[in-house]
Amino acid sequence: MLESYIPIFMMLGAAALFGLVMVKLNEWLGPRRPSAEKLSTYESGMEPVRTARERFSIKFYMVAVLFIIFDIEVVFLYPWAVAFNELGMMGFVTMFVFILILLVGYFYVWRKGALEWD
Amino acid sequence: MDFTTIVFYLFAAITLGSGAVVVFSRNIVHSAFSLLFAFFGVAGLYVLLLADFLAVTQLLIYVGGILVLLIFGVMLTSSVIDVQIKTGTVQVLPALFIVGALAAALLTVFWSTEWKVLPDPPAVDTTAPQIGELLLTTYLLPFEIASVILLVALVGAAMIARREKQA
Repeated sequence: MLESYIPIFMMLGAAALFGLVMVKLNEWLGPRRPSAEKLSTYESGMEPVRTARERFSIKFYMVAVLFIIFDIEVVFLYPWAVAFNELGMMGFVTMFVFILILLVGYFYVWRKGALEWD
Repeated sequence: MDFTTIVFYLFAAITLGSGAVVVFSRNIVHSAFSLLFAFFGVAGLYVLLLADFLAVTQLLIYVGGILVLLIFGVMLTSSVIDVQIKTGTVQVLPALFIVGALAAALLTVFWSTEWKVLPDPPAVDTTAPQIGELLLTTYLLPFEIASVILLVALVGAAMIARREKQA
């Protein structure tokens, strides 16, 4: 049973090792001649204007909430799709109701303008 | 100790260790990020319990969704870095009462459960088809109620967005 997860562990290990080795290689091999200008924070060549650690808009939170809700819907869809043949027509109808209820919410959010970014 | 036992203790240590950081860290950002490893450890424990679908769901929804929401929530609060979280002792008596009641409930479940030990790990490919069948037959009502709860969350989110527009 557990053997089937070994590729995942190998993947996790390889990813962690790769990240660590790349950062450390850069540290060991790269020349270091720092100056005030080089050490300053930069973003796409723009001068930093103020601290990055400040409050940001609630619009990001909205996106995250919408993402979770439809994420949960998709998670429910998966076991239904796998057992679709055994469930038959009844399973189709019940899942239809489930999606319909969420679709009502989707159109509500749409009409309220929560999907617009302005 | 066989391989499975070692893996179990590894995931248990990850879960408990990062859970402790969540509770005791004085930096709210550190707390939020160490919750990531706590969720990951729990996902690993689900895998060991042969609950593969639950483990994937844990990663998808808790790590991928709820944690992002939580970190956004942290970022939304003013002056994230300077804020000093009180981990001192306030409201000791009510806290003791609630924790005592919760511990009693958990211990009752722990002792009343018959812990069956499987001689060999059963050859289960995946639990997803069984979950799908039960969800749409035996547990149909909770399933449909879940969609209504999600609808409520959607409407609530839309209300927050609308309030933003007026301001």
